[in-house]
Amino acid sequence: MTVLDARRVAGPADLERERQALRKRRSSAAKRVRVCIGTGCAAKGSRKIYAMFAEAAKELDAGVEAVTCVGCHGFCERGPIVVVEPGEILYQRVEEPDVAEIVRETVVGGRVVERLLYEDPATGEKAATADQIPFYKAQERIVLAHNGVIDPTSIEDYIAVGGYAALAKALTTMTPEEVLEEVARSGLRGRGGGGFPTARKWRSCRQAAGSPKYVICNGDEGDPGAFMDRSLMEGNPHSILEGMTIGAYAIGSAQGYIYVRNEYPLAVRHLRGAIEQSRQWGLLGEDILGSGFCFDIRINRGGGAFVCGESTALMASLEGRPGEPRAKYVHTVESGLHGKPTNLNNVETWANVPAIINRGGEWFASIGTADSKGTKVFSLVGQVVNTGLVEVPMGITLRRIIEEIGGGVKGGKAFKAVQTGGPSGGCIPAEDMDARVDFDELTKLGSMMGSGGMIVMDEGTCMVNVAKYFLNFLRSESCGKCTPCREGLAQMLHILDRIARGEGRPGDVESLEKLGKLLEGTALCALGKTAANPVLSTLRYFRDEYDAHIFRQRCPAKECRGLFNYEIDPEACKACGICLKNCPVDAITGQKKVPHVIDQSKCTRCGTCLDKCPFGAVLKV
Amino acid sequence: MIADQEQLIEVIVGRYDGDEGMLIPMMQDIQAECGYLPLDQLRRLARRLQVPLSRLYAVATFYSSFRLAPKGLHEVTLCVGTVCYLKGAGAISEQICKEFEVAAGGTTPDGLFSYQPVNCVGACALAPVMIVDGEYHGGLTSETAMKILRGLPAEAQPDKTGAKP
Repeated sequence: MTVLDARRVAGPADLERERQALRKRRSSAAKRVRVCIGTGCAAKGSRKIYAMFAEAAKELDAGVEAVTCVGCHGFCERGPIVVVEPGEILYQRVEEPDVAEIVRETVVGGRVVERLLYEDPATGEKAATADQIPFYKAQERIVLAHNGVIDPTSIEDYIAVGGYAALAKALTTMTPEEVLEEVARSGLRGRGGGGFPTARKWRSCRQAAGSPKYVICNGDEGDPGAFMDRSLMEGNPHSILEGMTIGAYAIGSAQGYIYVRNEYPLAVRHLRGAIEQSRQWGLLGEDILGSGFCFDIRINRGGGAFVCGESTALMASLEGRPGEPRAKYVHTVESGLHGKPTNLNNVETWANVPAIINRGGEWFASIGTADSKGTKVFSLVGQVVNTGLVEVPMGITLRRIIEEIGGGVKGGKAFKAVQTGGPSGGCIPAEDMDARVDFDELTKLGSMMGSGGMIVMDEGTCMVNVAKYFLNFLRSESCGKCTPCREGLAQMLHILDRIARGEGRPGDVESLEKLGKLLEGTALCALGKTAANPVLSTLRYFRDEYDAHIFRQRCPAKECRGLFNYEIDPEACKACGICLKNCPVDAITGQKKVPHVIDQSKCTRCGTCLDKCPFGAVLKV
Repeated sequence: MIADQEQLIEVIVGRYDGDEGMLIPMMQDIQAECGYLPLDQLRRLARRLQVPLSRLYAVATFYSSFRLAPKGLHEVTLCVGTVCYLKGAGAISEQICKEFEVAAGGTTPDGLFSYQPVNCVGACALAPVMIVDGEYHGGLTSETAMKILRGLPAEAQPDKTGAKP
């Protein structure tokens, strides 16, 4: 765990010596138990499981070198996840009573507990290690490489797997210009959504007049359904610090900020601990690694405002003001935080930097497509079998991500669309499942890469309702500074609300399109400019659903209340009378042993009967 | 806790070297100490930093995590992010507000809990998810959510949020 005796590494040779010593102490045959304590697994009780392993290891004296808590493995669907070394045996859905058995069988006895292994639902085959599980097979992990492997609260763990080697290399063998060139060669583009070439941003900031210069890590991951950055900050905080320090060296900055969402308490705790440790080791602060370079990092917690993910709003927030964006006639690299040159990158972008310096820009550029290099982390969520975090090379098809890694749609339902790019992204329909995932391809489809949320929707999802959800989200998160966003979104939502109630009028769709285009052209910041996307992209691919709502007062997905009917399946009805008693308008008739019937002329379509029926006999038609 | 409420502002401002740019962390610290932002403390902070009280008010009302009224005995956070919403969090939220007579961001009339729906807690594998006093409850239905809330003890419980292995 945390180093208590502070030691400072004087230079790269010293760091290397420490690394070798750490590695020597951890022979590969050692018995170790790794328990995931990412938010997903922790919520399923993994902290208790960790404590029980630690206790059992002490009691049994089984020669266990360490029981460590590690960051997110990504396979949240199957949490809590426990990995036992040697052998990298991966146990999933581990519960408290399983701990004793794992210790007895696997740790002491060296045998595998079959029933806790992952079983392929298609083939019934068991997988003993992560790399045998289809979920992991198609992934290529660069930024997530050490997530789930190292203890995020231990700088020693990070150093043992090669941490801070890139920083040492950059500071002592490269000039800032050479670092910039290496990153330029890699073709790295911003992972926060914009996809702007990272090296170009760094260079502009380096060349901008004015000092001091600031670097910022944007950890205000506000897109609902996205948790890539959270898992990185929680699972490998040092990789972010290392990336930022290298960037600061290239740019010529001495002060960095990490802006973390308020909803991520564990990320804040791990980052704080990591900053403290790297200061103690002389890897942050004054005279880093004896190079003379000074750089320090401060953490700011967000206040809970989605718009603060926008760079100028985030900077306003860092200055202690409400997070309202400004027009970017002057770029933030020239005049950002406190009016000084400021370079802001997303968490994942920073976390890519150490690997680029270590292995070279050319290696990085060999992964991915012509204009989108490297890998991208996605949070694959929604109506999909394997919910979790996946890192894939750019250019992989949506189909491979959803079917191969995600295991397809949950509950055997039909796939309808995948929503990418967060609230201002778009929905991509089944016809385009073979599209390759990169910055430009997703934009062409009317969606965008965004920060990496990927929400799978099945046939039971109404696209009008989805558009309404996102628009409502954006309306309530709009800061209100510019009129098109503040008023335009309210108007669009008003129309959508009407459509979803079955009160749509001819011409509504055209009004939505018109307002959407207006918003795109006139709003002040990226939030407003892209806010109409959920409506425009669902209109582009699912126009017939809008028409069904407007002209036939029907919701084809049977989600919008009042736009479909309830009927009782006489075969399934057990005539128990529960629906009859609960119907608020007495629309249901029936007697004992006689299947009940809903009188459609009386029914208000409130759905109470569906909720109350214990036999699933009430159908939406 | 800082024992002397009179000294609170001095201690907090001292943590950030009186840097007015750190206004938001300072206000977060006040909220951490008091549970909300008491008006007299905001007045003191404004005076100490030499900024108008209106700016503090602007910040307090802009960011959803700030509270200007005392919080309830328990803290209930419901995720209404996309995945939770698709899986029924909207209906759960409606039911919470109805049954406990509480508005989003408000506190129940009996002071039992403060209720805050949030955009996403990033635990989508558990959707729909609710956090009660730092403890995550996943895979909710309206029924299970109500059961948890109805079972909340009316007396203070030991804090679970600070748990660390």
